[in-house]
Parts: sequence; structure tokens; C-alpha cells
Amino acid sequence: MSDILRGHNLSCIRGDRPVFSGLGFELPPGRAVILSGANGSGKSSLMKIIAGLLPAQNGTLSYDDQDMLGNRDWISRNICYLAHKNGMKPEMTVAENLAFWANMEHHNGDVRKEAVKVGIDHCLDLPVCYLSSGQARRAALTRVLCHPAKFWLLDEPTVGLDSSGVELLAGLMNDHLKAGGRILAATHIELGLDPDNSSRLNMSDFSYSAFPDHEEDLL
Amino acid sequence: MIRLALSIIMRDVRLSMRHGSTTTMVMGFFVMVVTMFPFAIGPEQNILERVSVGVIWVAALLSCLLSLDRIFHSDYEDGSLDQFVLCPVPLELVVMAKCIAHWLTTSLPLIVITPLLGIMMNLPEQGFLPLILTMLIGTPALSFIGGIGASLTVTLRRGGVLLSLLILPLYIPVLIFGVLAVKATIGGYPAMEHIMLLAGFTLFSAAIAPWAAAAAIRSGLE
Repeated sequence: MSDILRGHNLSCIRGDRPVFSGLGFELPPGRAVILSGANGSGKSSLMKIIAGLLPAQNGTLSYDDQDMLGNRDWISRNICYLAHKNGMKPEMTVAENLAFWANMEHHNGDVRKEAVKVGIDHCLDLPVCYLSSGQARRAALTRVLCHPAKFWLLDEPTVGLDSSGVELLAGLMNDHLKAGGRILAATHIELGLDPDNSSRLNMSDFSYSAFPDHEEDLL
Repeated sequence: MIRLALSIIMRDVRLSMRHGSTTTMVMGFFVMVVTMFPFAIGPEQNILERVSVGVIWVAALLSCLLSLDRIFHSDYEDGSLDQFVLCPVPLELVVMAKCIAHWLTTSLPLIVITPLLGIMMNLPEQGFLPLILTMLIGTPALSFIGGIGASLTVTLRRGGVLLSLLILPLYIPVLIFGVLAVKATIGGYPAMEHIMLLAGFTLFSAAIAPWAAAAAIRSGLE
């Protein structure tokens, strides 16, 4: 059971306002947890806490019997975080941006091949400032695909995507899960993930609605 | 490690070249500030000669200040800074590389046009080489210390003024030893000790800035 990423009793305070407390979740290999909940319920804060960008007030994030909260070394090697912002320089082309991050993140795969999967390959030589917001989001998703990490943290990955883009994203996420990856995603729309390998965490009341067959491995 | 630092430097230099405006704006500002002085204090050559070194140094400090918030702020705005914090490359190295890139894109162009301004300010002939030399030695400190200030104000929307207030006092040692070294050479005195102190200050800032700025960025992003 030690290869389950397990958040336990996590709480977060921003400013003086408690955002959430006593939150727990489990993320075994090959599964996705979809965070839902109202705006301001702490979806992004939870992701930032896991990514080590925000300190948790208390709680643990255990993996391999170790607390990984704020463990920069482990996080940088194992977590790929896609934030609201795309992290792409508008003055540089998509290919240059991707090549730069591939270099920073020690990835040496084929950017073009991944770009084809996301349907952005025809824009590779365009500066990011000429792209539409959906295309820019696809470019950022290409970075996620290139990232060697097994854990994906996707904060509103569908923002700006058209309906075929959302479908494409669901396909890519399913592929990642099938390959043993894990996903924590915050989204307001139904992604259409395979219900066998995804569960939903409602941030408003922390209700864990596992899909029927898998209730026992989640609780 | 060095390869990664080089690729960050290349990226920032390339961005600055594509963007274009900042480097030319800083150079323009530098020239304008220095040009103001002959108008303000009159064209008497001996007065200009006496203030020339100081004026050029102060103008260089101010021009450098103008571009400091660019070091991290654009990366913060488009989300790249989060990725830098998360990627396996140490943030300290990222800061170091970005400060070096800042020096290459602002201070180096300033140094290149300094001789022109020296002529305008009636700088004595034997002062040109020492001025350029001290600027080469001293200006990296401006970028490194400025990097600390830029990292402290990165999340502020209008951090520019606060940044100036924070950073300008720390630039005073660079100014003092930079000017003293040139004046000593012009007056025929030994200038080595001033140059050594200036170099020491630059090395000191290069040593502390990456750690200070990286810590500031980490806590700033929270």
C-alpha cells in the first residue's frame, strides 16, 4: 500500500481565512481524483500545497511511508503541475518554449510527437502570443505530456479548450492512467474519464464519491 | 548544471532581444539623464570634467534600476516562475542565471555607450579606460543586488517604487568605489585598492544574491 499517495488531515489557511481543514485523499497508481467544488473552496490551494508552492497549515502527504510535503527533491522529480497560467513566454515560439522546459525538466523525448497528440503541431513555429487561449492551453498540455513525472496536477486543464480539445484531453488522461500514472485534476466540467479509474473529491464538503466498484480501495 | 544555466541565460537574452524595447529604453534613459547635466549646470568644461565620472555612474545606477523589475516579474505573470520553482534545477541557479542575463542585456549595452557620454561630459582622456574597467567590474553587483530586490517585490503589482527605495541604498558602495577608482587614476594616484574593494563587493553580492533571492521567491509565491 505504500505506493499510494495519501493526503491526511491537510488544512490550509490563506490570509486569515481557513480554506479547508481535515482534508484527506488517496491516489493509487493508475487512478485519477477529480476535485470539484465551488470557486474558492481550495482546489488550487490543495494543488499548490501538494506541489510545495504553498505550506500546509498541518497534515501530511505520505508516499512510500515518507512525508513528502515540501520535499522539493521528490516533488521536482515526480510531480508535473499545470497551473492556471501556462508558463509559456509569449515572445518565443511554442517549440522554443517546449524545448526550454524539456531541457529544464530533464526530458529528452520527442516534443513534436507529443505536440501531434495534442493537435498543436502546426503551431510549433509560431510565437505563443499569436495563439488563441485554447491553442496556448494545448501547448501547455504538451509540456505536461513531455514531463517525465508520473503525478499530474492539472488545475483547470480545460480552460480555453474547445469540445474536441476536452475530448482529446480526456483521452490523454486515460492513456496516462493506463500507463500507471496518477492525476489530480480540478475542473468544473465533466471530462469523461473512464469511471473505473477515477473518483471525485468534492472540496465543499470533502465527500468522497468513489465509483461503486472501487469504494473499498478508496476508504 | 552549467549547461542549464547557459540555456536560461540564452533564453532571457533572446527574450530581451525579441522584446527589444527594454534594452533600447534603458540605453536611451542613460543617455538622456547624462545629457541633462550639461544643461543644468552649464557648459563650463572644468565643472563638467569634475562631475563627469559621478554623473555617469549615477545615471548607470538609475538606468539599471529601471529594468530590474523585469528580471522576475514577467516570469511571475505568465506562470514560468512557478515552473522554475518546481523544476529539478535549483532555484538559486535560476536566479544566478537570470541576474547574469540581466547584466548582459542592460549593463553591458550601457558600458558600450559610456565612452560617447564620456566625451560629452568632457571626461579626461586618462579616465576612459578606468571608467569602463570599473563599470565592467562593478555593474554585475547592480544586477545581483537588484535581483534580491526584484525577488522581494515580484508579487507586488506596483513594486517599482518600493524596489528603488529598497535597492538604491545598497548601490552606494558600488558608486563610492567605482567613482573613487576612476578619480584616483585621473589624479595619478594608485587605484588598485578601490578596484579591489569594488570587485570584492561584486563577488559578495554574487555569492549572497542567489540564495537570498531564491528564498524571497519561494516565500513570495505562497
